[in-house]
Amino acid sequence: MSANVNTALPLEYQTEQNRMNILGFWIFLGAEIILFGTLFAVFSVLNARYAGGPTPKDLFEIKDVMVETILLLTSSFTCGLAIYEMRRNNRNGLLLWFIITLLLGAGFVFMEVTEFIHYVHEGATMQTSAFLSSFFVLLGTHGLHVSMGIGWATMVIIQIFQRGITPVTARKTFIIGLYWHFLDVVWIFIFTFVYLARMVS
Amino acid sequence: MGINWHDFFIVGNPLILGSQIAIGLTMIGIVAVVTYLKKWKWLWQEWFTTVDHKRIGIMYILAGVLMFFRGGVDGLLMKAQTSRPEMKFLDAQHYNEIFTTHGVIMILFAAMPLLIGIMNVIIPLQIGARDVAFPQLNALSFWLFFSGAMLFNISFVIGGSPDAGWTAYFPLAGKEFTPGIGNNYYAIALQIAGIGTLMTGINFVVTILKMRTKGMTLMKMPMFTWTSFVASIIIVGAFPIFTVALALMTFDRIFGTHFFTLSGGGMDMMWANLFWLWGHPEVYIVVLPAFGMFSEVIATFSRKMLFGYKSMVFSVVGIAFLSMLVWVHHFFTMGSGPAVNSVFSITTMMIAIPTGVKMFNWLFTMRKGRIQFTTAMLWALAFIPCFVIGGVTGVMLAMGAADYQYHNTLFLVAHFHYVLIPGVVFAVFAGLYYWWPKMFGFMLNEKIGKIHFWLFVIGFNVTFMPMFFLGLDGAVRRSYTYSAESGFAPLFLLSAIGAVILAIGFAALCYNIYWSAKYADRNISNDPWDARTLEWATSSPAPFYNFAKLPEVKTLDAFWYMKKHNEGLTLNDNEIKEIHMPSNSGLPFYMAVVFGVAGFFLVFEWKIAALVATIGIIAGLIVRSFDYNDGFHVTVDEIKQTEKAWRGNDKGVNNHVS
Ligand code: HEM
Ligand SMILES: [Cu+2]
Repeated sequence: MSANVNTALPLEYQTEQNRMNILGFWIFLGAEIILFGTLFAVFSVLNARYAGGPTPKDLFEIKDVMVETILLLTSSFTCGLAIYEMRRNNRNGLLLWFIITLLLGAGFVFMEVTEFIHYVHEGATMQTSAFLSSFFVLLGTHGLHVSMGIGWATMVIIQIFQRGITPVTARKTFIIGLYWHFLDVVWIFIFTFVYLARMVS
Repeated sequence: MGINWHDFFIVGNPLILGSQIAIGLTMIGIVAVVTYLKKWKWLWQEWFTTVDHKRIGIMYILAGVLMFFRGGVDGLLMKAQTSRPEMKFLDAQHYNEIFTTHGVIMILFAAMPLLIGIMNVIIPLQIGARDVAFPQLNALSFWLFFSGAMLFNISFVIGGSPDAGWTAYFPLAGKEFTPGIGNNYYAIALQIAGIGTLMTGINFVVTILKMRTKGMTLMKMPMFTWTSFVASIIIVGAFPIFTVALALMTFDRIFGTHFFTLSGGGMDMMWANLFWLWGHPEVYIVVLPAFGMFSEVIATFSRKMLFGYKSMVFSVVGIAFLSMLVWVHHFFTMGSGPAVNSVFSITTMMIAIPTGVKMFNWLFTMRKGRIQFTTAMLWALAFIPCFVIGGVTGVMLAMGAADYQYHNTLFLVAHFHYVLIPGVVFAVFAGLYYWWPKMFGFMLNEKIGKIHFWLFVIGFNVTFMPMFFLGLDGAVRRSYTYSAESGFAPLFLLSAIGAVILAIGFAALCYNIYWSAKYADRNISNDPWDARTLEWATSSPAPFYNFAKLPEVKTLDAFWYMKKHNEGLTLNDNEIKEIHMPSNSGLPFYMAVVFGVAGFFLVFEWKIAALVATIGIIAGLIVRSFDYNDGFHVTVDEIKQTEKAWRGNDKGVNNHVS
């Protein structure tokens, strides 16, 4: 609320309100960690309860999952590049990398949706077994987060087109960056504990 | 879909029919009165769209009092039903619905908003800030809570109330055993309100970390701020678990998944674990801010600094930490085995240690103090012995082996009412009497206040003390009746009489509010209690910008220090600068409406309609993203005028404490 501007800091940290927004978002991410942690706990309790339905070995295909992983990890990297360009006050560079990030994210969501449709065609739905319920809800929650992130970032991109890099758009971009990296970390856990561990064992 | 239209309105029960008519008439009445007084515009501009933390707080308190009334009526109905053996007042199904809605409403829609409401009004003032960190988010929190509360409350006239207990244990709460839509209301209304609460938690963590005025280090924060801070952290840590649990319940009930079902490999005990992983911390979310209020009240009216401030802080943090490690004590009898039970017995008993530290600190604060027996102080005094009874019986219940005897009896019901009513309700009453002048600019009548106090405290003990003995004699909880041969009748009757006294006490509070609003002296000072913390340094009621000049803090009990050293109490014209304030917004109200509509459709399992309504939610988010309204500036002249109106005309000499 108060001006309290400190121009020595990066653009997104300069006003007091911006600093509060960023701290608030970190705390929100803390809540998100608990949320995903709970979903992982649920999955780890239910992941061997097949109820006569398909098992991970019947379903998962490592190739598709690898592609999804690479798409999302790359998008995290390009997201970092976008923030880097933002710090250099290069609007076009920021927009370029930001849009690439979202395209990679959209590719990930597309792959994931295809994967789900494929499972459903094989008769593996949310209603089949406790294992599949927890699988679909854990991954679906992550996928929904990514999709929401894409929609949200699109709004911010429009604002950057309209207004350029200002303290407000810089703060919004930075916060989306935090969100994006967070979702990437969650994916790494999903990749390890849902896919790899279940396919190796 | 599977919902029959003729089930839509609940018909055939005279009690419910009566309420339907009453609700209809009240709504028509309210609309008529507001229209007649031409107050719609005022309501919209001053209240529905406000982002002022004080007004949001007042709306929370108002909603909380209303919900306390609804929950209290539920309680009285249950007491009426059990007042005599084999009563035919409520049938078993109706009794199930009523204890369920009573529990949910009291904890989530009465205790929570009353505490969050007082936090909203007081915390920014206590830390010398002009608002919370995210004022518009704060309004959204309130409106989402309100939306959830209303959705939950319409259940008993439209579609049917949830009836699986406030704990909603599976498999009972699942589709197989509770096919109606009542429990959908539970899952969805609590979800909507819970999102609001989570955002409140985040908001207050940031507010308290970032917006304290100059000089107020963490260890100079008033105790109420400390306890609210810790409660907010618990909210951030615990509510996401509830979010997940409720979402999985929704999936199981509406989309046919197998998280908690008996078939398909689901696991019913996982619900109990997730529920109490949130549920036990929730108890501390409500009780910690209440502890903070008692600390303020006791220090003020003992005219001493709080004894053992540091140990108070450490015990609050300790309680918060332990509160996450005890959840299994709610189901010792449900198959966890002796080793697990022992561990959780011990962690539970450990909570008694920091709580005991706090008890002694309050007692030592009073020791050699010059105690003033105001109504607020009376609540704090009654809290101590009553809460100790609740705590000691809690330690009895904490012993896993002994719990096999107490579990699911009225002994437990008596225990948690002895914790929740002194720990939360007494605190809210103390807080209301104490801070009322700061909210409204007049004081509640002390004489009526004392009548309220004695009726309520006596009624409370007469209601719940017999339940301990009933429980030890084997009377089970959640049972709608008992036989004459059981010999329970006299104690049940006594308990019912207590509930009537309790209700009269509550009526006295309502009368007090009415009387004081009408007749109380408006000519009060900014500091009628001669208090110690910063909220009393500005006018009563506080101006919308809170402080013309932000105060500077040198010690604990900052305002007391300012008064003793005569520092920072006056305001020079040249110290006044323009103040930047956030603008009002209709968006939070809009969001509450669309969330409510989407939730309602989902309750009735109209999935497509719910999906369409979600578009409304997304539209609201997009509008918010493009909202660059940066607030407005209050001019120096306006501040000067507001400040002149209360400063210097020496109203402080009036002593309002009898
Ligand atoms: C104001 C007067 C109150 C009365 C007369 C009252 C009475 C009762 C009664 C008779 C029961 C059910 C006992 C049974 O199992 O058969 C009950 C349950 C309960 N009460 Fe209260 N109560 C009051 C206040 C409160 C407050 C302030 C809270 C919480 C802040 C609360 C929370 C609960 C809960 C959580 C349950 C358990 C519901 C369940 O079994 O699912 N009550 N109360
Ligand atoms: Cu507990």
